[in-house]
Amino acid sequence: MKGRRRLGRLNLPGGLAGWLWLGITIVPIYYIVITSLKTQAGYFGQNPLAPPVSPTLENYRMVIEADFTRYFFNSAIVTVGAVIPTLAVAFMASFAIVRGKGKFLAGVNALFLMGLAIPLQATIIPIYLMIIKMNLYDSLLAIILPSIAFAIPLSVLIMCNFIRDVPNELFESMRLDGCSEWQTMWRLALPLTKPAIVTVGIYNGLGVWNGFLLPLILTQSPELRVLPLGLWTFQGEFSVNIPAVLASVVLTTIPVLVLYIVGRRQLLSGLTAGFSK
Amino acid sequence: MSTGQMTAPKVHREQRRTAAPEPTRGRAAPLAWLAVPALIFFVAFAVVPLAGVLVLSFTNWDGIGAITPAGVSNWLNAFADPGMYHALWLTFVVMVVSWLVQTPISLLLGVFTAGSQKYRALLAVLYFLPLLLSSAAIAIAYKALLDPNFGLAAGLNMPLLAQDWLGDPGLALGVVIFVIAWQFVPFHTLIYQGGVRQIPRSIYEAAEIDGAGKVKQFFFITVPQLKYTIITSSTLMTVGALTYFDLIFVLTGGGPGNATRILPLDMYLTGFRANLMGPASVLAVILVVIGLALALFLQRLGGKDRTGSQLEGM
Repeated sequence: MKGRRRLGRLNLPGGLAGWLWLGITIVPIYYIVITSLKTQAGYFGQNPLAPPVSPTLENYRMVIEADFTRYFFNSAIVTVGAVIPTLAVAFMASFAIVRGKGKFLAGVNALFLMGLAIPLQATIIPIYLMIIKMNLYDSLLAIILPSIAFAIPLSVLIMCNFIRDVPNELFESMRLDGCSEWQTMWRLALPLTKPAIVTVGIYNGLGVWNGFLLPLILTQSPELRVLPLGLWTFQGEFSVNIPAVLASVVLTTIPVLVLYIVGRRQLLSGLTAGFSK
Repeated sequence: MSTGQMTAPKVHREQRRTAAPEPTRGRAAPLAWLAVPALIFFVAFAVVPLAGVLVLSFTNWDGIGAITPAGVSNWLNAFADPGMYHALWLTFVVMVVSWLVQTPISLLLGVFTAGSQKYRALLAVLYFLPLLLSSAAIAIAYKALLDPNFGLAAGLNMPLLAQDWLGDPGLALGVVIFVIAWQFVPFHTLIYQGGVRQIPRSIYEAAEIDGAGKVKQFFFITVPQLKYTIITSSTLMTVGALTYFDLIFVLTGGGPGNATRILPLDMYLTGFRANLMGPASVLAVILVVIGLALALFLQRLGGKDRTGSQLEGM
């Protein structure tokens, strides 16, 4: 109900920009998809923006045979392995920061907020050194551990915003019922924070799934490649076969697209609430 | 829930609690433990490396062999190197131009998509698609798209578009900034959309009664009300410019020549391609300093610290 009418403002410039930007967004995506369905001959012979005359899935077959499934599973392991621990530790920390008092928690909060401002990529050289010293170089765990750390600040920020919104009366009544903070966290805060947890999970999942720098630096074996890295090497090998390269782009995006379609509402509302406060 | 019944015991309990010295302290100790796992991860893989990169900037290391002390030579060399200033300048250009391009577009689109018509919701869904693609995928797609013979230019039959986009130093930087905008405008649109939805409608009604037009309302209500949203978005945008690596790495590799070799890429190429970890660490330290300075500057601009502004918005 609120604000229906005022939001009709700025229709003309906003609307123009809106449709123009839609074109800018959609045309490249359309180009990727139709080109991936073309044969080499079709790619060289046809208008690039025309749909394929004889659509083929040959490119996709070729990409899947070129180790796509292995890269896919590596990406899945890294993503799940990083996201689940991130959610657990960030949720507990957020609950403590919102509910607790004292210099320690204030300091932890300040540290995480500062982490938002630090380009953590700048720490990649010492991380590389540490991973070597920990004997983790060229393993999937090498990607997972820093990914968790990199994801914590924003996760805590978003979850704190949500937990702060829980009415104090609810916490009070939990306490009156004799619940410990630990029970309050699991039975009250966790269910109420679920939208934020899903949001943060999808957002971090996207980040890890699409991550490039950490796998590039911390692994080297072809059998440990994750999708973005696989995409990059595939592009190097098949740079003459653009339809196949673009088919690999589509294939790496499909899992994320499915996830997005499933969790879209949750993700959008969560991100909105998380950032705009 | 019958709050009436709860009030009495609550007051009673509060009184008892205040009788005890510093009652919150007792609860604070076990709660603090909950923050420890996150703290450990963050300290181990962010704070320690942050200190480590400063230390490494005073050493030499080829990535495999022994680490040897280098004194201040890496720093002196960095400041004597025109390449560093070039990378710094490019980073600055990418950051500022990206901000100038992305902020108005995201703000307009955010205000626009905050509306409630169905088609706007559909637009917002479509806008979001670029965020799903990895930077590597986007870079690869744009390479194909920018091909003068088989890409967009040929498709639209516009000779003007048939340029050597990635081979011309001046154009390549423009392409990089455009592709970054393509990737991130959707995200910032979303942030602004959320911000706009939190502005109380009554302010606009009051302005309307006072006879303020729509343009005036936009500049005197919407924009000031979005102050903290603008700061959040700008912080993410500008600090983000210090992390643009994969997109440029795959799209241009820093070229042609050094035309798109911004500082984060310069750091990677110096450290992991030229095997000069010491000099690369100097660049990393510079990145961190810029990031922190930017964030502090933007927060100062807001007049409050970030936590304060967040509480304010509630």
